[in-house]
Amino acid sequence: MSTRAYNFAYLDEQTKRMIRRAILKAIAIPGYQVPFASREMPMPYGWGTGGVQVTASILGPDDVLKVIDQGADDTTNAVSIRAFFVRTAGVRTTTDTSEATIIQTRHRVPETPLSEGQILVYQVPIPEPLRYLEPRETETRTMHALGEYGVMHVKLYEDISRHGHIATTYAYPARVAGRYIMDPSPIPKFDNPKLDDCPALQLFGAGREKRIYAIPPHTRVVPLDFEDHPFERTKFDSACALCGATDSYLDEVVTDDAGGRLFVCSDTDYCEKRQAAKRKDAAE
Amino acid sequence: MYVAVKGGERAIRNAHALLADRRRGNRDTPELTTAQIDEQLALAVDRVMSEGSLYDRGIAALAIKQARGDLIEAIFLVRAYRTTLPRFGFAEPIDTAAMTLSRRVSATYKDLPGGQVLGPTFDYSHRLIDFGLETEDAPAPTAPAATAASDAQGPSPRVTDLIARDDLIERELAPRPGAPVSDITRDALAFPAARDARLQNLARGDEGFLLSLAYSTQRGYGRTHPFVGEIRFGEAAVEMFIDDLGFAVSIGDIALTECQMVNQFTGGDGRPARFTRGYGLAFGQSERKAMSMALVDRALRADEFGEEHKGPAQDEEFVLSHSDNVQATGFVEHLKLPHYVDFQAELALLRQLRRDGGAVAEAAE
Repeated sequence: MSTRAYNFAYLDEQTKRMIRRAILKAIAIPGYQVPFASREMPMPYGWGTGGVQVTASILGPDDVLKVIDQGADDTTNAVSIRAFFVRTAGVRTTTDTSEATIIQTRHRVPETPLSEGQILVYQVPIPEPLRYLEPRETETRTMHALGEYGVMHVKLYEDISRHGHIATTYAYPARVAGRYIMDPSPIPKFDNPKLDDCPALQLFGAGREKRIYAIPPHTRVVPLDFEDHPFERTKFDSACALCGATDSYLDEVVTDDAGGRLFVCSDTDYCEKRQAAKRKDAAE
Repeated sequence: MYVAVKGGERAIRNAHALLADRRRGNRDTPELTTAQIDEQLALAVDRVMSEGSLYDRGIAALAIKQARGDLIEAIFLVRAYRTTLPRFGFAEPIDTAAMTLSRRVSATYKDLPGGQVLGPTFDYSHRLIDFGLETEDAPAPTAPAATAASDAQGPSPRVTDLIARDDLIERELAPRPGAPVSDITRDALAFPAARDARLQNLARGDEGFLLSLAYSTQRGYGRTHPFVGEIRFGEAAVEMFIDDLGFAVSIGDIALTECQMVNQFTGGDGRPARFTRGYGLAFGQSERKAMSMALVDRALRADEFGEEHKGPAQDEEFVLSHSDNVQATGFVEHLKLPHYVDFQAELALLRQLRRDGGAVAEAAE
């Protein structure tokens, strides 16, 4: 395939302008889902077409792009999306969280704190936090308009009465800037606190559902909870077997068929940096 | 030390190389040409053009070849190509009454102006495997001398126009020249959807999904008492109004299947009783699709006629949100992408729940 037939970063400029308008509106109304005319992309819906369209629309030739899936730079889909932008935009890519100007992610927020000027682009499967409680878009839009979020709290309350805990472990709903309730995409609730007062701009793209929403830098993002059942971050009993981190989200790796388990950082960049630092310390 | 292997570039490269190899198959078997697909798998090409929303037989045939015959994959390829094409404007409404007909059947009138034309159809074939097709040197079939009614096609007005002449069917909306047309590929679908947006959605919709929905209305989940007023298949001219010229010019002919359903009448409260309509249109010869579309279109008009909701086919949000097979297959198949992180979160919760309430759970067993 010749890529010369395609514009910089695949999308034509008119489409990018349309998407940028939606992004600007999303930033102006934090947490509000802005409908946009999502395009068919050369990868399937569910593979991150929303995130890819957002990234394609904001990407410039001088940007440095990082793409992660499950926290890792080397998961197949992250590799594939990164290759797509190398091919269509020729931008520089990195695995280093601090070096990237744009980070596209599926299911994780990097462990390394983000800084001003960075943009985190989330791939979103279902943008509507109320969807599993109310399947109809006509209804949920009205509920958002009226700020009618009672059902959400009822659902969390039912969890507590049934299990003793809130049983939502990922895609944990949060209130943005005191107004809209949003779905942070299926990141583990471990990552929710990172959304709050984040110095980076956070953009959320849902391609199949044709919605874009945003959290502007330094916006208040509060996970839903109750006074007597406050939001709790997932804690791990183990440390990373590779770098020893106790403050990162861990993937469980099955090592044999006799119950052997190992926990390693889901964020590969974070883990590798810590391992490198350890090696340096040991050498000194 | 165990090293978590998560995939990588080499795996993808190898997968693509394997796919290319399997697509080609045994090298001793001659490679399929796109002309063969276009000519001999013409109905597959028609479907890919319809649901791919792009009238281009060559591209559709190539997509089928590239997709190894997976039609939804081929539709996806066509869509992703189509979305990059520039848009010059909208054509004038197509005049299907003036089509060059290859086939035209009505289930409502035994005979009618223009006549019934059976054309190339499976309808009355016996479904016996034709082992004669197995060999490549079978004698070529010969087309009957007078192949199409088009040899001397008289005026063939649309059946619904004939019924409308007696004012027995709801009237078509008067054309509104210059009025904006919905484009669901350029605006996110909103509910309630206008009928033009709905028909676009159904025209791109998955044939199987629409077929099952249409079938469900026949089995009582939103009955519409349908009659096939007419199915016509043939070629129609596409005209475009050119501002510089001040008139419309033909930019080519496209093959179309149109289905007009005549449905359950309405009336009362001083309004005369009239039949209602359901409309289906598809590229190429796609009768199953056009008929299903017409049935679902009519079922979705339940609110318009104050009909009771009895089935999913009448539920606009349900139907229009789930009709697109490219969206559907993407979201269903994305489940094979890694979900380690979310699964880990669930595992952690499950273990915590069992620690906290293990005794309760066991006592209950």
